[in-house]
Amino acid sequence: MLDVLAMIEVSWLAFVSSAMILCFAFLVGRRFSVQLPDQRIAVSQPNENGAYLAMWTVAPTLLLFALYFMFGEPLVRFLLASDLPTGFERLTSVERQQYVDRAGQALGLETIPSGADPIFHAVVDRYRALRGLAKGTVLCLSLFLSGSMFLYQLRKLSGGVRARAQVEGGIRLLLLLCAAIAIATTIGIVMSLFYESLRFFAVTPVTEFLFGTRWNAQTGSEFGALPLFFGTVMIAIIAICVAAPIGLFVAIYLAEYAGHRTRAIVKPALEVLAGIPTVVYGFFALIIVAPAVRAVALRMNDMLMALPFIDEPVLAAQPTNALAAGLVMGLMIIPYVSSLSDDVISAVPQRLRDGAYAMGATPSEAIKDIVLPTAFPGIAAALLLAISRAIGETMIVVMAAGQRAQFSLDPTSDLTTITAQIVSLLVGDSAFDSQRTLSAFALGLVLFLVTLFFNLIALRVVGRYRVRYE
Amino acid sequence: MSDQPSVSPKVSCKGVDVFYGDQQVIHNVSMDIADRAVTAFIGPSGCGKSTFLRCINRMNDTIEGARVEGLVEIDGENVNAQGIDPVTIRSRVGMVFQKPNPFPKSIYDNVAYGPRIHGLVRDQMDLDEIVERSLVRAGLWDEVSDRLDSPGTSLSSGQQQRLCIARAIAVGPEIILMDEPCSALDPIATARIEALIDDLRQRFCIVVITHSMQQAARVSQTTAFFHDGRLIEHGETEMIFTNPADTRTQDYITGRFG
Ligand SMILES: Nc1ncnc2c1ncn2[C@@H]1O[C@H](COP(=O)(O)OP(=O)(O)O)[C@@H](O)[C@H]1O
Ligand SMILES: [Mg+2]
Repeated sequence: MLDVLAMIEVSWLAFVSSAMILCFAFLVGRRFSVQLPDQRIAVSQPNENGAYLAMWTVAPTLLLFALYFMFGEPLVRFLLASDLPTGFERLTSVERQQYVDRAGQALGLETIPSGADPIFHAVVDRYRALRGLAKGTVLCLSLFLSGSMFLYQLRKLSGGVRARAQVEGGIRLLLLLCAAIAIATTIGIVMSLFYESLRFFAVTPVTEFLFGTRWNAQTGSEFGALPLFFGTVMIAIIAICVAAPIGLFVAIYLAEYAGHRTRAIVKPALEVLAGIPTVVYGFFALIIVAPAVRAVALRMNDMLMALPFIDEPVLAAQPTNALAAGLVMGLMIIPYVSSLSDDVISAVPQRLRDGAYAMGATPSEAIKDIVLPTAFPGIAAALLLAISRAIGETMIVVMAAGQRAQFSLDPTSDLTTITAQIVSLLVGDSAFDSQRTLSAFALGLVLFLVTLFFNLIALRVVGRYRVRYE
Repeated sequence: MSDQPSVSPKVSCKGVDVFYGDQQVIHNVSMDIADRAVTAFIGPSGCGKSTFLRCINRMNDTIEGARVEGLVEIDGENVNAQGIDPVTIRSRVGMVFQKPNPFPKSIYDNVAYGPRIHGLVRDQMDLDEIVERSLVRAGLWDEVSDRLDSPGTSLSSGQQQRLCIARAIAVGPEIILMDEPCSALDPIATARIEALIDDLRQRFCIVVITHSMQQAARVSQTTAFFHDGRLIEHGETEMIFTNPADTRTQDYITGRFG
């Protein structure tokens, strides 16, 4: 019996038992409340009584299983390690732990590997028994506590407790818990970024990382990230040069000129554009745009070399190049610019437009003189968000921008970016704590801080703008 | 229906219908509007006063689905005729709205906006003069002459409304349309605007929509009563208020409906 229990995944156990308790208590609570003495205004509706009872009854079970998740397995191992058969005393505690580890692995298998000695068999059996015992204890305890809680709350229900208010509190707690999980995750990620980055900076000085001009993390150990920053900025600038005018004009068209019917077609189309997976964009950049850029660059080289005073190629014309990545990234972020700009332009009060028209302004004058200046902060925020999106974009640059960390203002040369480097540093085998791997965390930290900065500014600008016009 | 036979009217409307999509909201309105006088439009909400007013400066063009039929003439010239640019019409017909709507620019630039886009000035001196003259006429100069660079939106709402009037008269219009210009203002600011309207009457043809019977009686010489998209009665203000011909007019001005 306990052996069987030992092999059941604990999350299953938790899920099934709490679901059963939940249903049972809810149904009982619902039915029970119907029998409340007649009142003019019901203290609570049946469903609320059910929810009240269910919520209290399931709480101890959830708590116990949460405890088991955190401390159950370590406790079992501790008991097992401190209670190994005679002869193990001479082993160090680390060696004993390793032995327990192996027993744990064997436990997960169908059959214990052949060639294991009987003592090992015995230890595995003991492990299984202890684990079963632990789970059994948790199960019994939770049934007992939940049962007591059930009876206790049932009595309070019949006493006319304000279930409605308490259920409200329970819902708040649940929502708070979800928010807390999201925040805790974020904090955890940031902490680990900081921690690993600190380990990196313990070996490589911060100044060398931020201002060094040579990056060669794959083979050598040169960690000057300036060429990566350069590549990132270069590609982002190309992208924003594409996305800012097109996105803005799309937004102006949608907000000021397009009729209902056009809007109903163009808006969803832009949303589709925003929904295309970036790997598809990357594919497009690599297969179509990069070769096209290269072909044009080669033609231009030929034409330039025909001139008397130029006798070597001017453009690098690489098969993967910054221009291809930047152009396609620009296409990708058009919806980010246009959608938010459309919102802020539409939010400009109609009475300002009316005022301009009544003064005899043409539509384009009204837009240029009144609407855009009014919407400017919001448009700037849209551009900032788009830039931060461009800086963080990975797939397109990994596929189409190249791998060489270099300074080159020639957009047809291959460049690499922070994100592309992070990918190439972390794929493939290398010890987790090698300086090479740690450098990815440092890059990630820089990326995080820069995009955070842009986003905060953008959000502040948008917020202030909202306050002004509502 | 007009009773100004002596001088030719500034604005003359004949058989005007207005539709929003399929819905007709103005039915066959004919009316003459006299120059250098104030005409008040009164009537219950939704009866079509604003819609009819917008026919005069072709502001209905800016509303999707709006369609105007019939004849609207300014000085005998059909404003809806082919080849007439609404922009030129609107430079001759100023408009002031219910809620003050200064542009998010400086006080100076608000007033200078019209002259600039219509190319009315040759140099900065010209423009300075127009701005000053318009603000003086709008009775705002004394209050803002020392802070022409501060934003128009920093003024009180009564001052903002006078700024909008200054902005409208800066391009030298012949007609000024006001759509409930005082409904967002306090009584003191309202009194100032009313005095201003009375003053401007010397130079302009003015049409004012108002929901206040007292205001209509105070500022206008002619009153038109609209009901349900139709012009019910139109005549001297004093006549309309003392001896209305139609019972609906009587009911409205005595407050029995609307
Ligand atoms: N843009 C519009 N689209 C459709 N219907 C409108 C529009 N503007 C006004 N209307 C309708 O036209 C009628 C007259 O409106 P309006 O001229 O604003 O009346 P008033 O100014 O007298 O209160 C109302 O029934 C209103 O619902
Ligand atoms: Mg109105």
